[in-house]
Amino acid sequence: MATEQQLSAIKGEKVLMVGAGGIGCELLKTLALSGFQDIHIIDMDTIEVSNLNRQFLFRQSHVGQSKAKVARDAVLKFRPNISITPYHANIKDPDFNVDFFKKFSVVLNGLDNLDARRHVNRLCLAAGVPLVESGTTGFLGQVTVHVKGKTECYECQPKPAPKTYPVCTITSTPSKFVHCIVWAKDLLFARLFGDKNQENDLNVRSSDASGSSEPAEDVFERKRDEDIEEYGRRVYDHVFGYNIEVALSNEDTWKKRNKPRPIYVRDVELAEVIQQNGNLDKVSVFSDPLSVSAMTTIGLKNPQDVWSLAENSRVFLEALKLFFLKREKEIGNLTFDKDDQLAVEFVTAAANIRASSFGIHLHSLFEAKGIAGNIVHAVATTNAIIAGLIVIETIKVLQDDVKNYRMTYCLEHPSRKMLLMPVEPFEPNKSCYVCSETPLTLEINTNNSKLRDFVEKIVKAKLGMNLPLIMHGSALLYEVGDDLEEDMVANYAANLDKVLAQLPSPITGGTIITVEDLQQELTCNINIKHREEFDEENEPDGMILSGWTQALAQKNDETSKENGASTSNVSQTVSLEDEEDDELQILPAFSGFAGNKRKLTDNANSSSSDLSCVGDENKDCDDSEAIVMLDGYGERKKCRVQ
Amino acid sequence: MNGEELTEQETALYDRQIRVWGVDAQRRLSKSHILVSGLKGTVIEFCKNIILAGVGSLTLNDDRPVTDELLSANFLIPPDETVFGEKSLAELSCESLKDFNPMVRVSVQKGDLSSFGVDFFDKFDAVVVSCCSLNTKKSVNEKCRKSSKRVAFYTVDCRDSCGEIFVDLQDYTYSKTKMDKMTECKLQYPSFEEAIAIPWRSLPRRLSKLYFAMRVIERFEEYQGRMPGQTSAADLPNVLNLRKELCEAHSLSEHQAPDALIERLLSGTREFPPVCAVVGGILGQEVIKAISGKGDPLKNFFFFDAMDGKGIIEDIGKTNDDA
Ligand SMILES: [Zn+2]
Repeated sequence: MATEQQLSAIKGEKVLMVGAGGIGCELLKTLALSGFQDIHIIDMDTIEVSNLNRQFLFRQSHVGQSKAKVARDAVLKFRPNISITPYHANIKDPDFNVDFFKKFSVVLNGLDNLDARRHVNRLCLAAGVPLVESGTTGFLGQVTVHVKGKTECYECQPKPAPKTYPVCTITSTPSKFVHCIVWAKDLLFARLFGDKNQENDLNVRSSDASGSSEPAEDVFERKRDEDIEEYGRRVYDHVFGYNIEVALSNEDTWKKRNKPRPIYVRDVELAEVIQQNGNLDKVSVFSDPLSVSAMTTIGLKNPQDVWSLAENSRVFLEALKLFFLKREKEIGNLTFDKDDQLAVEFVTAAANIRASSFGIHLHSLFEAKGIAGNIVHAVATTNAIIAGLIVIETIKVLQDDVKNYRMTYCLEHPSRKMLLMPVEPFEPNKSCYVCSETPLTLEINTNNSKLRDFVEKIVKAKLGMNLPLIMHGSALLYEVGDDLEEDMVANYAANLDKVLAQLPSPITGGTIITVEDLQQELTCNINIKHREEFDEENEPDGMILSGWTQALAQKNDETSKENGASTSNVSQTVSLEDEEDDELQILPAFSGFAGNKRKLTDNANSSSSDLSCVGDENKDCDDSEAIVMLDGYGERKKCRVQ
Repeated sequence: MNGEELTEQETALYDRQIRVWGVDAQRRLSKSHILVSGLKGTVIEFCKNIILAGVGSLTLNDDRPVTDELLSANFLIPPDETVFGEKSLAELSCESLKDFNPMVRVSVQKGDLSSFGVDFFDKFDAVVVSCCSLNTKKSVNEKCRKSSKRVAFYTVDCRDSCGEIFVDLQDYTYSKTKMDKMTECKLQYPSFEEAIAIPWRSLPRRLSKLYFAMRVIERFEEYQGRMPGQTSAADLPNVLNLRKELCEAHSLSEHQAPDALIERLLSGTREFPPVCAVVGGILGQEVIKAISGKGDPLKNFFFFDAMDGKGIIEDIGKTNDDA
């Protein structure tokens, strides 16, 4: 490697780093040591204690401060003469527009979520700036290079959707611990301590199922002057006892399933719970509401221990009580937060009691917290390796050394003797709606879906747009922005609540609508297909977006024919998500690897289902299966960039 | 649960990695003692990695004074001569490594690595050496082997944009879960001396060319009495002569150690920080595996070349004579 040549390639270049977390800290250090002299770094996060085991530029004394700023100061200590510009900001802020991106020679992502990655991908495409993308989970990691027109963009291959569970699995027929966690967190916790006006299936289902006219709200509302102990036991008996009895009465449900067991407080040995008066004094010691702890007052110490049903029941009642005694002001506004000890304790206990009822294995608080908070496995070494690989690719990109671009996988178990496996990048997917402006197709019931549903479930969730604008022909149906006239805002707000077929410019089967994001400078056309019925279990959105996946399968089939290969197991790369542990939905940490194996032949009509088998079981880092699919990697070369 | 439990502070700090390797592994790490000698970029990366991982103690050995060259891939020491004083590379590095994790004891051991006896190495669970002569590598490896308990031995060196790691875990037993069943795995490692003494023609075919190139240069430096990395492109003719000799002695084609590769390794003496990060990361992972007893350890050479991007494991020890 011609070092002088590299140094000159590096020196004058301005690079943008997005993310100053696990990968970011390592990357900023390695860039600075490698001779980069003008680095801009964006991160909206502040430093947390659990970052310190790998984000080595940060110290205990920095907790609470801006990651980007502290990282800058730390690196300037050993490279005082370079320029590092920190931004404590969200990459999605409108300030970071295409013109901003155009100032850079290359953009390096060390991000923790799909949404931001897609956003950066679009801005890089619009600005014509190369992107080096990365992700790590435990011992696994990957680096990819995305250069417009030369390699595939980050979104050329559809990404795994965050794992969601059918509502009835959560409300009535849980079979895995994660189902109990979702129930405890998203339904019970939200119902008891969150915004009462939020739609909540717990509420709906319990009253529906009972078939009585009794308003469900009464059960969860603490009655005036109701003794807190009594209230806790009433909630307990209702959700773990009564609701299960009601569910059991629906015999069809249990023909092929194991019946759950109703649990009432009286069934559980709660001896010590009764003497809470003594505990109250201890509680008052806490000043920080986030450190109030039910397990501590009960005398449970080790978060790694799996509690018995009785212990879980005690924690449940104690936590509920502590919320009312110590944090009453917050009730009604609480959302689950993995750093909120009492919330984690409550959710762990509730999930475990429900798990007992359904014959599911109980879990420790440590494990439950990991699942509930989507806490991802992370170690320093993988981040350091990935950061090194990012810099190696970055230098190639700056030298325009296209034929040597590689995506590299960092593996836990060697595959063909390799721990670091370079793979030639794919060429752009000609039918990618992001980099090739290919139209998409949306199946939707235009007679009952509102524009709001379309905006939330498709434009934001699926297309990842930030500031969307929706047009039908020349008619503007919806738009987001700061500079809109008041009457337009009112107009758009009214449109949101209209059914598609009843919009001023109606959207019906056969309509082509244009969705645009002005910040991302992305436009895509969507062909609307009207469809009456959707399967509630498998198509819970009530709409299906398709297009670029099918086209991909066709394209690759052709490719393999050209090469005369009959066994075309072209593996597909899906990025690892979640380098960090932020607010993600239940997302399989291993989706990247587990989802990789993808036979073209199986894929012709699987726009959304090819990753459906990826579930929480893949979250375990010791899952050696995660690597199995790498066998097909040799074939990737057929898709060489020409 | 055996042994002491992790403190609340440790649990909070190590939360994300306990989710990777478990509490028991974390506990074993926190009781382990590591020695490193030769503090160039790759070893500095390694030090950072295992301090963050939470080993019990790390002992640094490198009496060299600080030079610009030694700092080229060092992110611990500010390039400010006024703070260097009379301090050695190890002493200056120690000061900032301490900050990375207050729960790890970081200290300096002065002296020439080759002068330490078996009882010195006996104190450690893993010994990592870099930037030292072939003889020192061999003798330290032997001393680790003579210790009453197992002392894992590693060498690591980077030249140009390439890196090499050697691992000796002696007789190593670990358990792994396969299909929900725990199985015992036994590995037998050769020492560095044994491994490099294996006749080249009996090595696996398609072995990484870096292996041969590194052996040739290592020999060259030994004959010439040079410190590792004290080479330049001007040495190429002499090194190619030596290659010819060695290849003939081993009946191996000279193409197995190509000219271009040897030239790169001889002339690229400036450290390439991304390679330090990659190789120091892999080494960190390996030491963590060996100490925690979790995961398949690398056996027994690892090569990385930024030119082709491959990180390859080679098992050099199995010869045709092995039955
Ligand atoms: Zn694309």
